[in-house]
Amino acid sequence: MLSREEYHSGVKEAWCPGCGNFGILNAEKRALVELQLAPEKILIVSGIGQAGKFPHYLRCNFFNGLHGRALPVALAAKLANPELTVIVHNGDGDCYGEGGNHFIHTIRRNPDITCIVHNNKVYGLTKGQASPTSDKGFKTKVQPYGVIHEPLNPLALAISLDCSFVARGYVGDLQFLAELIKAGIQHKGFALIDILQPCPTFNRVNTFRWYEERVYHLEEDREFDPKNQLKAFHKALEWGERIPLGVFYLHPKPTMEEQIPALAAGPLYRQKIQPSKVLDIMEELSALS
Amino acid sequence: MGKPVAMTGNIAVANAMRQINPDVCAAYPITPSTEVMQQFASFVADGKVDTELVTAESEHSAMSACIGAAAAGGRVMTATSANGLALMWEMLYIASGNRLPIVMTVVNRALSAPINIHGDHSDGMGARDSGWIQIYSENAQEAYDNLIQAVVIGQHRDVRLPVMVGMDGFIISHSIENLELLSDQEVKDFIGEYLPLYPLLNIKQPVTYGPLDLQDYYSEHKRQQAEAMKLAKPVILKVAQDFAALSGRKYGFFETYRLDDAEMAILTLGSSAGTARFVIDRAREQGVKVGLIKLRVFRPFPMKELQAALGHLKALAVMDRCDSFGAAGGPVFSEVRSALYDLSPHPAVVNYIYGLGGRDLGIAHIEQVIRDLQEIRQTGCIRELLTYLTVRE
Ligand SMILES: Cc1ncc(C[n+]2csc(CCOP(=O)(O)OP(=O)(O)O)c2C)c(N)n1
Repeated sequence: MLSREEYHSGVKEAWCPGCGNFGILNAEKRALVELQLAPEKILIVSGIGQAGKFPHYLRCNFFNGLHGRALPVALAAKLANPELTVIVHNGDGDCYGEGGNHFIHTIRRNPDITCIVHNNKVYGLTKGQASPTSDKGFKTKVQPYGVIHEPLNPLALAISLDCSFVARGYVGDLQFLAELIKAGIQHKGFALIDILQPCPTFNRVNTFRWYEERVYHLEEDREFDPKNQLKAFHKALEWGERIPLGVFYLHPKPTMEEQIPALAAGPLYRQKIQPSKVLDIMEELSALS
Repeated sequence: MGKPVAMTGNIAVANAMRQINPDVCAAYPITPSTEVMQQFASFVADGKVDTELVTAESEHSAMSACIGAAAAGGRVMTATSANGLALMWEMLYIASGNRLPIVMTVVNRALSAPINIHGDHSDGMGARDSGWIQIYSENAQEAYDNLIQAVVIGQHRDVRLPVMVGMDGFIISHSIENLELLSDQEVKDFIGEYLPLYPLLNIKQPVTYGPLDLQDYYSEHKRQQAEAMKLAKPVILKVAQDFAALSGRKYGFFETYRLDDAEMAILTLGSSAGTARFVIDRAREQGVKVGLIKLRVFRPFPMKELQAALGHLKALAVMDRCDSFGAAGGPVFSEVRSALYDLSPHPAVVNYIYGLGGRDLGIAHIEQVIRDLQEIRQTGCIRELLTYLTVRE
C-alpha cells in the first residue's frame, strides 16, 4: 500500500504563498495514491515556468526540458516504454503559446499521455505578461491598455482536433480535480486537463473569488453527453458568467503506441534482440544489389 | 556631458531604446532580459516613444516580426537571452542574409540543459556565425553606449547588417551602477534619420526579399555578406570616434590596459575585465609585467589589430565564458590564437574556460592565471593549453 509520503520529494516549493500550484500538487498526490501508482512507474515531463517546476516536488522520474517543448519528449518516452505512466505538466504560455504547434500535433498522434496545463492565464515565471489564454482587456505591465487579441480556447481547440479526452478542472475544487486527474491518467489516449488556477501575484482578475462565483460541474446538466463532439465544442465555448468544469469530451480510440507494429510484443527494452533476423534482412538486401 | 544616474544594465538599455525611438519592437520575455522590454513597454504606454510594440508568442515569431518590419523599412530593435536567442537561430540568418540592420540586446545567459538563468556567453557564441555584428559590453555604461553605436553601424550603407550587443546576465543586467546618459536630442542627432534602402512599403519600386537563390547567385550573396563584415570595421571605428566626440567615452575593437610594456596579458570579453584590472594592478605593484586586453567587437573579428596589439607579448591567457565542446578551446581562444599564428615569434597562448552558468570569477582565479603565465614566460613551455577555471574536478 503506497502512502502519500511516498510521493514527497523533500524539495521545498519555490512558489508564492497562495499559488494555485499547491492545489494541483495536492490533487495529483491524491490521485496517485488512489491509483496506487509506484513512483518508479511514473514519468513527469515538464517545460519551463512556475508549472515547469512541478516535478521537482514529486518523487518519481522526471524530465524538465525546455519552455514549450514538454510534449515531444513525453511522446517519445511513451513510445520507448509504453509501460510508463507519462504525465506532462506545463503552463498556459508553455503549452499553448511557445509549444502551441506541439500541442496540436501531439493531439493528432494520440499517445497515451496525460497533459496537465496549469492555466493561470498569465506568464507567471517571467513576472506577469499576458499569455495566450489571458482574456481580452487583461492589463499587464507590457499590455497596460489591456490585451487586444482573442484568447486561445484550449478545450475548443482540442475538441476540434478530436482529442480523445478533454477536461477542465479548478484548483479551488480539490477532490473534483483529483478525480479528473485520476480519470485522465486512467484514460487510454491523449488526455488534456486544463486547470483553472489563480495567480495571486500577477493575475488580480481571475482570482479564487472570481472563479467561485462562476464555476459549475458539467454533470449538473443532465442532457450533456461528452461523447457528442458538437455539443462538447459548444460547451467549450461557454466562458464568462458561467464556467463549466468536468469532462467535456471523450472519444476512446486506438493510441499511437497501439498502432505501431514493433510495440505489439511489448516495450522494446523487454523484446529479445534476434541477430538471426537481422542477418536474414542483410542477406536479402545483398541479394538485391 | 550628462549627469550621472544610477541604473541597472537592463534599465540603461531600455533608456537607450527610448532615445533611439525605433519604429517596431517585437519581443518575447525571458530572464534576464525580460526587464528591457518591460521597461520599454512602459515608455510605449506613456507615449515617450512612437514604437509599435509586438508581443509575440515565441522568440522565433518575435524575430520574424522584426524581420518583416525591417524589410518594410522600419528601424527595428528587440532583446532576448539564452534559449530565446537559440530559438531565433534560423531567423538570425534571414535577418543577416537579407541585410536588415535590426539591433538586438542579448543579455547573455547560459543555455539549457541543465537549466540555468545566469550569465555566460554560450548564447552569443552560438550565434557567432550567423552574420550578425557582435559587440560585448563590460558594464551598464558600455551596454548603453554600444547599443546607440550599434544603430549607426548597422544602418551604414556600406554595412547594412544586424547587430547584437551583449551584456552579462545579472552581473550587468541586474546590478545598479552609476552611468551617464546622453540627452535625448544628442542621441536623436547621433543616430540620424533612418533611410531604408529597399523598403517593401515603397510601392513605386516593388522589391523581393529572400527568393530562391541556387547555384547561380547564392555564393555571390554570401560573398557580399563577408564583404559587408569587412567594411563594417572602418565604420565601427568611425562611429566610435564620433561617439567619443559626443560623450568623451572612447571605444575601439578592444580596449587595452597596461599592455604596452607588458610581457604577459589576459584577454577577456564582457564583465570580467573589472576583476582582471584589479588583480593586474596588484600584480604590477609586485613588479609583474602583466596587462589586459578586453575584446569588444567579436564580429567582425579584428584579426590584424589583435596581431599588432599582442605581438610583443611572451604569453597570453584567453578567457572564455563559454565552451566549444570538442574544439581546440573556447571560441575566443580559437580565433585569437589563430590570429597570432602568422607572427614570428608569437606569444604562447593558453585558454581558460570559466564562469559557466554565472559561476563567480574571483581575484584568486585571476591570480592563478597570472602565476601560470609567469611560469610559461620563465620556462617557455605550456603545461596546460586549456584549463577549466572555477570548476570542481
Ligand atoms: C525559449 C524560451 N523563451 C522564453 C523563456 C522564458 N520563460 C520561461 S517560463 C515563461 C512563461 C511562463 O508562463 P507559463 O508557461 O504560463 O507558466 P507559469 O510560469 O505561469 O506557470 C517564459 C516566457 C524560456 N525559458 N525559454
